[in-house]
Amino acid sequence: MEKRTDKNSYTILFAVVMVVVVGSVLAFAASALKPNIDENKRLEKQQNILYAMGVNDNTEGVVAMVSTDKVAEYFSKYIVKQLVIKGDDVRVDDEAYLIDIKKEQAAAKDASYERQLPLFLGKKDGKIFYIVPIRGKGLWDAIWAYIAMDENMIVQGIFFDHKGETPGLGANINQRFFMDDFIGEHLLNAKGEFVGIAISKSNADPINIDKTDNEVDAIAGATITGDGVAAMIISELKVYSSYFIHLKNN
Amino acid sequence: MGLFKDSNLITDPLADNNPVTIQVLGICSALAITAELEASIVMAIAVMFVLGMGNVVISLMRNIIPSKIRIIVQLIIVAALVIIVDLVLKAFAYQLSKTLSVFVGLIITNCIIMGRFEAFALANKPWRSFLDGIGNAAGYGIILVIVGFFRELLGSGTLLGFKVLGDSIEKTGVYAYGYENNGFMLLAPMALITLGIIIWIQRNKNTALIED
Repeated sequence: MEKRTDKNSYTILFAVVMVVVVGSVLAFAASALKPNIDENKRLEKQQNILYAMGVNDNTEGVVAMVSTDKVAEYFSKYIVKQLVIKGDDVRVDDEAYLIDIKKEQAAAKDASYERQLPLFLGKKDGKIFYIVPIRGKGLWDAIWAYIAMDENMIVQGIFFDHKGETPGLGANINQRFFMDDFIGEHLLNAKGEFVGIAISKSNADPINIDKTDNEVDAIAGATITGDGVAAMIISELKVYSSYFIHLKNN
Repeated sequence: MGLFKDSNLITDPLADNNPVTIQVLGICSALAITAELEASIVMAIAVMFVLGMGNVVISLMRNIIPSKIRIIVQLIIVAALVIIVDLVLKAFAYQLSKTLSVFVGLIITNCIIMGRFEAFALANKPWRSFLDGIGNAAGYGIILVIVGFFRELLGSGTLLGFKVLGDSIEKTGVYAYGYENNGFMLLAPMALITLGIIIWIQRNKNTALIED
């Protein structure tokens, strides 16, 4: 005799009930833990912004953010102003760091939409940092960065991260040997026009002595991730360049 | 009495039937996440939770699971448990969840888990399945911890982040005598070599394990 559990009707019923039960359990767990997860992401953003302006626990060759229990205190201490740029309009907004860059980029595909651009002003040891969050595409998925610049658009610090680049290759963009190459690098050319920073494989300057060549050395084996980084820097920082020109003229 | 009768379910996978060194399962994650001891321990605990719970759930359902779709059912159970582990890590150990990143998701594909579901839980009672799951996860975990211990100690000179060998920059401790960290230990190939040495030592101690 055929076993009860071998019947097609039983199999289908079992599958349906199982999916409903498992689905509800997961939905419940996800919504119950969402506040904690969101809070962690918010703190991480603050840590990344502080990291870019040089407020971090770095030791030799190691990336170390300030600890989560200190980040709120440091954030209010070092980030003196948060701005949102929208066209020619610049307003102060203390929650500018919560602006979702991904949503703004998507909305900006519609030409009539004017993008909100967050900008953070940090002050450390009397020096002003202009910190900008940017986001782009790597080889597999999203890559993003926080770039701290001075008023001449010279990079003072940078933090890269990625969602799913190849471990050991593209994933190394969040390592010190790559990120630290950007420090001191110019985003403008000698004439003061915005050109960005190219990730170069045919770099005549692999140890990066020349900071005005608008180039840093690429990671071997991570060509497309590197191209993504360069494209992200050009397209995402260009929209800020009018702010910096404005800044200089005043 | 049942407690002691089944104790071999826990002890066997720790040594003579170890899922990593004898059955050579779960190698991928054993190589990938063992650069630090902490990540190894957390991965071991996560796998223990998933395998222990999963084995019990599968065992409880073993008489009602339609045999035609049993592999899919097993996959759903393990996927659901892994998602819960991932969410809990993201909520309470965010930094760690970033370190483990994709590997938590990869627990789903860890062959030890599907292997124990299929080979043991489908044919045994919940308590025995639970012990089998814990035992196998512990056998996997102990290898992870041994590999993680040596890789972090020799690669970074730290254990769980503590500088046990002194400070490599300030040149204190053993570094004062010219000792250097071996950065190669942090790369995946050295995990494979460390694992190979463990297998070598184990088979040397117990020659019955050597295959022809």
